[in-house]
Amino acid sequence: MNVIEVENLRKEFKSYSSRSGLKGAFRDLFTRNYKINRAVNDISFTVKQGEMVGYIGENGAGKSTTIKMLTGILTPTSGKVLVNNMNPHKEREKFVRTIGVVFGQRSQLWWDIAVQESFRLLKKVYKVSDQDYNEHMDHVIKTLDIGPLLDKPVRKLSLGQRMRCELTAALIHNPPLLFLDEPTIGLDVLVKLKIREFLKEINAKYKTTILLTTHDIADIEALCERVIMLDEGKIIYDGSLDHLRGNWGKGKQIEFQFASSVDESLLLQLTNGFHVQWMKGDKSNVWIAQIANHEEMPEIISRVMKAQTIVDLSIKEISTEEIIRNIYEKGDANSNLEKVIMNV
Amino acid sequence: MSKYLEMIRIRFLMMLAYRTNYYSGILIYSINIGAYYFLWTAIYGGKESIQGLDAAQMVTYVAISWMARAFYFNNIDREIAMEIREGKVAVELIRPYNYLGMKTMQAFGEGVFRLFFFSMPGMVIVSFIFPLELPLDWQAWCFFAISIFFSFVINTEINLLTGISAFFLFNNDGLMRAKRVIIDLFSGLLLPISFYPVWAQEIMEYLPFQAISYIPSMIFTKGFQEAEITDAILFQLFWSILLIIPICAMWAVAKRKMIIQGG
Repeated sequence: MNVIEVENLRKEFKSYSSRSGLKGAFRDLFTRNYKINRAVNDISFTVKQGEMVGYIGENGAGKSTTIKMLTGILTPTSGKVLVNNMNPHKEREKFVRTIGVVFGQRSQLWWDIAVQESFRLLKKVYKVSDQDYNEHMDHVIKTLDIGPLLDKPVRKLSLGQRMRCELTAALIHNPPLLFLDEPTIGLDVLVKLKIREFLKEINAKYKTTILLTTHDIADIEALCERVIMLDEGKIIYDGSLDHLRGNWGKGKQIEFQFASSVDESLLLQLTNGFHVQWMKGDKSNVWIAQIANHEEMPEIISRVMKAQTIVDLSIKEISTEEIIRNIYEKGDANSNLEKVIMNV
Repeated sequence: MSKYLEMIRIRFLMMLAYRTNYYSGILIYSINIGAYYFLWTAIYGGKESIQGLDAAQMVTYVAISWMARAFYFNNIDREIAMEIREGKVAVELIRPYNYLGMKTMQAFGEGVFRLFFFSMPGMVIVSFIFPLELPLDWQAWCFFAISIFFSFVINTEINLLTGISAFFLFNNDGLMRAKRVIIDLFSGLLLPISFYPVWAQEIMEYLPFQAISYIPSMIFTKGFQEAEITDAILFQLFWSILLIIPICAMWAVAKRKMIIQGG
């Protein structure tokens, strides 16, 4: 069953630009220049029940705009959105009962009152029965360990404490679909782990569908089997994370730390005939060799070691983060992608 | 409905969280009533009555206008504008309730809080200090209660309108300040409408502002007699209903034009 169906979804914003100078300012009083920005550009995808999908992209790629259209906050310029078999914008009040949303950068709890008062209000708002509330919430409160925070006003909580409360607030009505917009932003490792564990648990227990945006690739690696990658309002990849890594992250990296400074031309000369790309490392005298073919690795290492004195050497897998960075730096369409990765 | 009642309760709690505001409010209101008391006694001098109100009625008018103001006055226009500017309105829109309805309920919670913890004790204190003429019959109190309820409704509707205008104007501070002055002046808070020149009174007949302060205060001071009272309350009812139309229209357009500020 499809929980989210999006077809040719588009959102345009009008933005005004002001003319320069005093004369320009006067002219702006009467007529203003504007241009149309396409924040989301004809995207289509579907999400099935129980899936955990990572929705990733650079800042300004259109992630948040998409989420806001999917949650009924913004009206699409054109295209079709169907979430939980409803049009989010048209049937907003009925629709939002079936979703939970966490905005990492915005609090949805009332700032000046105790956390439990916020929960109590939300319980009334979502018409949750006492029995359901106690059964479900006791567990959530215990798992996220927020029991001691309940009688404190939100403004006295730390970011990590607040975030756990936000997540709890979004789950009061145990929604079948959860939107998380950067839920781990600014959190420490322990809180992040706790939140990830918890999300996995509710996904397994209630088959909750989760759509997650984040800049922390580790979140995606821990939670999502599927990623949708967005760039300049367009989907540039939609598929499994394993596939992304398997196809495009096959190579390895060898980091050499040389005893003295080395020229790139010399390294290129040494490894002539192999599929290697040399990059300068962060520290001095450090060079990184990106290798596409595993079998060539021993030969490359031995050649370099014969020619130069080496202080340290390490071999690494190419991280997902690096793969994604590569994709953004070099290509923005599926066809380009493959070329980029082949070059590595 | 229970969610709206819960919202009134939450607002009560929030008011209690900011007690200092509440104490300073009492001080400001007492100063205002005192200042207007001395101003009006000076204006009356030895005169029996001006424009149908005698000096004692005038003092009562001033006191009750300010105390009623504590009930109908609210800052939801400012709150709505702030939520729009900071993008917090996004959070409100993911909840299964009517945003404007909820804001109205918050305002009502605030109003009820001030009625019980501010206006009523304030009125008792003021009646010891100044010679007030409180109505003795229960009908006057009833009409007054109905009337200040409508004051609240109309004032809140105007606040909603100015608040929503933040969707269209980048910065609506000026508009909100102008609205505040207009209401204080044209509602009869600073000067009873009957004191204005006749042409100005005729214009104000077609505006909703006198329904906010002038009507309830005149009912309370017995400046209105039987038929006038029902007419006045019908006038309030008429405006309460009429103002719903522009609110709905503006909100519909605003939702379509919505941009969430700050990501």
